[in-house]
Amino acid sequence: MERVTVEDRAPDNPDALVSPGIFPFGSGVSFGDRIFALLVKSAAFISSLLLLGILAALLAGAWPAIKEFGLAFLWSVEWDPVGQRYGGLAMIYGTVSTSLIALFLAVPLSFGIAFFLTELAPRWLKVPLGTAVELLAAIPSIVYGMWGLLIFGPFLARYAQQPLQALFGETAFLGTFFSGPPVGIGILSAGIILAVMITPFIASVMRDVFEITPPMLKESAYGLGATRWEVMRNVVLPYTKPGVIGGVMLGLGRALGETMAVTFVIGNMNQLKNLSLFQPANSITSALANEFAEAASGLHQASLFYLGLILFGITFVVLASSKLMLMKLKR
Amino acid sequence: MRNGRLSTMKNIFVRQSVALQEKVKITVGNLNFYYDNFHALKDISLTIPERRVTAFIGPSGCGKSTLLRAFNRMYALYPNQRAEGRIVMDGEDLLSSKIDPSLLRAKIGMVFQKPTPFPMSVYDNIAFGIRLFEKPSRVDMDERVENALRRAALWDEVKDKLYKSGSSLSGGQQQRLCIARAVAVQPEVLLMDEPCSALDPISTAKIEELIHSLKQNYTVVIVTHNMQQAARCSDYTAYMYLGELIEVGATERIFVQPARRETEDYITGRFG
Repeated sequence: MERVTVEDRAPDNPDALVSPGIFPFGSGVSFGDRIFALLVKSAAFISSLLLLGILAALLAGAWPAIKEFGLAFLWSVEWDPVGQRYGGLAMIYGTVSTSLIALFLAVPLSFGIAFFLTELAPRWLKVPLGTAVELLAAIPSIVYGMWGLLIFGPFLARYAQQPLQALFGETAFLGTFFSGPPVGIGILSAGIILAVMITPFIASVMRDVFEITPPMLKESAYGLGATRWEVMRNVVLPYTKPGVIGGVMLGLGRALGETMAVTFVIGNMNQLKNLSLFQPANSITSALANEFAEAASGLHQASLFYLGLILFGITFVVLASSKLMLMKLKR
Repeated sequence: MRNGRLSTMKNIFVRQSVALQEKVKITVGNLNFYYDNFHALKDISLTIPERRVTAFIGPSGCGKSTLLRAFNRMYALYPNQRAEGRIVMDGEDLLSSKIDPSLLRAKIGMVFQKPTPFPMSVYDNIAFGIRLFEKPSRVDMDERVENALRRAALWDEVKDKLYKSGSSLSGGQQQRLCIARAVAVQPEVLLMDEPCSALDPISTAKIEELIHSLKQNYTVVIVTHNMQQAARCSDYTAYMYLGELIEVGATERIFVQPARRETEDYITGRFG
């Protein structure tokens, strides 16, 4: 064998050193491993195939309506099955406004819950309280719907809507939002029910990202004399911002797609006569749930497909941006 | 013969350093500390002299960091930790519930094992602490930020990146940023919890140099697991073991002629 000192330079021709024979059975990766890899690979691809398939089916179903109304469908309010004129603005408005109300209520509530659970709650309270909040997500949405229609709606009408209307009904600008029948069914009720439904999701994401803030970072802020609120506001929130936004987006995605509970309490009226919060209305999901079974094939059904496609588009954008935000945090 | 002369010289040396009169900044009296039921500090009593560097040394788990965190009541953030006894600074009992921990922590700054820049610019990292208590004008704020950075020997390196993120600095610079941040609120005491444990030797040397200059204005208490570091940059050293204070005294004496056998075993590396 050739003797070298390690200070010698590398060999001029490393290829010449290669000779077969130490691993005689070498056929690369074993057969079983290859089959298994193929199986799990196809499992992963099936889900993306499904996504594309559903998208294609939606497009195909909606095609007659897309051809007939084009993009004008997005800003037309008319929904007339007899006259075969369809526009989705009323439903889009219903979906977006109920979801925004839900966010408006759920984000501060969730922040409060997460702040309390991570910074203030004594240890014996942390786990039971956190679990209780998460269990809100275990209530089936139809139960929320029933509760909203039969118990919460009348309660809201009696103790919030009627007093609000008495107070602001005559006011010039605000009055618009509080006009309409104060019966506990409509945009506001749907928004509140949605807020309760998405709070556990947003709160648990916020709690988790607050918890990953390094204790030493928080202590450094405390060490300068900051109060708990100042630490949260100036250190924890900026540090966890992408995660918090991601969690909010996740909640928004759920609010946009929620069907059953909304259908129960929104009132199911295709109208956009005024912007009242008390007015019965319709969201994309509730319109689909109510009309799909009865819709005659043709333009009516195609328009419902078109609505579904729009909802798919909205939720896709929201959830994709939420994923992006969360990925940013992990990096 | 030679040996005897050496020890006589040592004795003179020791007597001299003991005879130095220091002004006391903090007095700890019969301090006991508990994590739930675990008794982490047992009857600790010692004094911290003003404008000197006092080092706490000892093996891990001996309670040196716990003792440090009692000075600014950092432990109070955690419901399972409690301290009993007295820590008196300038006539006030720091452990008394009458003292607002936020104001206390503004007077007693702290630097941690790892650099912890806040998720904001270099400038805002320094301004953050100042803004908690004061609302200086823009010009005054600029001046205070510059002063703090100069005191931490960091100004020349970051004066062109004041508006860059604090985490874009190198590890050693980040740690000096944290020192500047602590200095900016004008504390009287600086607590340092193994401030160099995450740094390379060059950054460590810079921080040690900095500690040396800081003692002209501040009382510094430093926890270190590095005995050479304690020997290099402290005036007084306290050796702790299993929650007890074994020995405290002038650093030269502790390292040259420890009074207790345990201390000698530890500093000569015969420990364990």
